[in-house]
Amino acid sequence: MKELFSNAGYAMFDIITDLSSVDSKNSRTIAVEGIDREQLLVNWLSELLYLHEVENILFKEFCIDKIEDNRLVATLCGEPLDERKHIIKTGIKAVTYHNLSVKEENNRWKARVIFDL
Amino acid sequence: MNEGKYKIQKIDDYRWRIPREGKMRVDGIVYADEEMMKEIQKDESLQQVINVAYLPGIVGHSLGMPDIHWGYGFPIGGVAAFDLDEGVVSPGGVGYDINCGVRLLRTGLQRHAISGKLETLVNTLFSNIPSGVGSHRKDLKLTLPEEKRVLINGAQWAVSQGYGTKEELEHIEERGCIAGADPELISDRALERGRAQLGTLGSGNHFVEVGYVSEVYDEKIARVLGLEKNGVTIVVHTGSRGLGYQVCDDFIRVMINAAKKYNIDLPDRQLCCAPINSPQGQEYLAAMACAANYAFANRQMITHWVKESFEGALQVSPSESQISIVYDVCHNIAKIEDHIVEGKKKPLCVHRKGATRAFPPQHPQTPEAYKEVGQPVLIPGDMGRCSYVLVGTEKAYTSTFGSTCHGAGRVLSRVKAKKAAGGRNIARELKDQGILVRADSQATLNEELSEAYKDVTEVVDVVEYAGISKKIAQLKPLCVIKG
Repeated sequence: MKELFSNAGYAMFDIITDLSSVDSKNSRTIAVEGIDREQLLVNWLSELLYLHEVENILFKEFCIDKIEDNRLVATLCGEPLDERKHIIKTGIKAVTYHNLSVKEENNRWKARVIFDL
Repeated sequence: MNEGKYKIQKIDDYRWRIPREGKMRVDGIVYADEEMMKEIQKDESLQQVINVAYLPGIVGHSLGMPDIHWGYGFPIGGVAAFDLDEGVVSPGGVGYDINCGVRLLRTGLQRHAISGKLETLVNTLFSNIPSGVGSHRKDLKLTLPEEKRVLINGAQWAVSQGYGTKEELEHIEERGCIAGADPELISDRALERGRAQLGTLGSGNHFVEVGYVSEVYDEKIARVLGLEKNGVTIVVHTGSRGLGYQVCDDFIRVMINAAKKYNIDLPDRQLCCAPINSPQGQEYLAAMACAANYAFANRQMITHWVKESFEGALQVSPSESQISIVYDVCHNIAKIEDHIVEGKKKPLCVHRKGATRAFPPQHPQTPEAYKEVGQPVLIPGDMGRCSYVLVGTEKAYTSTFGSTCHGAGRVLSRVKAKKAAGGRNIARELKDQGILVRADSQATLNEELSEAYKDVTEVVDVVEYAGISKKIAQLKPLCVIKG
């Protein structure tokens, strides 16, 4: 689960920008809640998107410190968006619940989430 | 036709019925021709028409317009009306971009008079109107009390700040302000996302397009709308930006809990909803009105900068450019409106997601200037083809809750469009066709490739033949700024 949520954050920012140009300069800790695993995933990604949009930050490391079915605490690393250094490949407008799934298959966690671009 | 997984009955050349079965409370009806229907069956949109028919209190039919394609929960191009006592309201039936809409401006200029100055004009528009992902105005960051006034008063707020005139409000759906907006229901996040984005176009399919009237189908009505052949027009397509998205997101969370609380059986979580008369339902409508008003103010401000850009780039005075509003429509909205149900007038909550209101002549909500001809309907096409101006009809009022299509509708996903555009210079191709384009990113241009959309002419022909709108004029693009 930890790895799944961490990878989901990475995948989202990999859509937004070229992560090889982003450095892990700053770090911060956030806590996110949800009524179940599925909603926790949507809320987690929405939180990252909100921080990205309002504070103009790009994240590249997503360390899930603690996770339960309805709560997580994570440490994020990244840096402020710098138009000279970073490119925005695709803007993500929202994280949706459409065809959302989080399930365990052969001892591995798998999730599907659809973004509105 | 029974090729796919759905039972579909042909009603006539332009209408298809999905008969009620299982948990469906009403039939689904889709407006499309035979060819379109084959395409429509390839994605999930018909299942979504069926899912919407499950919802409590739905009245009439679960409707699909010819530009239907799959959306989150409700299909895009979907119309559904609900009884106020027994029915529900759903943020998924409105969409993320609340009051995404289209405004059409006319000018006193002729196409030939601006043909040598298009380059200057498009560059001026591009520098005066911020566009792109996370675009914001450096010159305008609202204070919180001011932002709340925007949410309450919409385009009227913009006019009070000097963006346009009071007379212009008569040419906007709901006069640019939906009543009952309560900014206290808007989260800090939504307010924060909205503060710096007012007066910006945003990204994706949003645009400002300068064009001209290329065809007139009804001279008399076109004259009432102030449109004549070769006259220069401007189309503005944008919505409520990050604020609307956040309101939708916040209320999906509220509605997931509410649906559980009120025991509403949901085939898809994204259809989450609450009874219209519940606290959650009423709060959503009041919050939605805030976002809708923000979008009206946004289009009103952009109109002001369009006027300034014309004056600057073309060196003309306002009395020469004569830019004024034909009309401004919402195509992602839920409205409380009176409709005729089983012969009786009844207020309903009409969800239009990727669908446009199309009220007939003489309707009380058809603006005074258009009482004789019907409410103008604005259907933008893709950037390489054309757009249409239609008017609403009595038949739309009686058969689709006064609704019609909203645009071309995507046929290629953004990813597929990008692939199709691979290696091509889209801006160059358009320039060769005589259309100048400025975009914030090359990716946007590729995603908005002409072939990525259904041909809007086919969509408009279906609503015209089906009688739910009447075609008045065609517009062709000259220059476009994209997000």
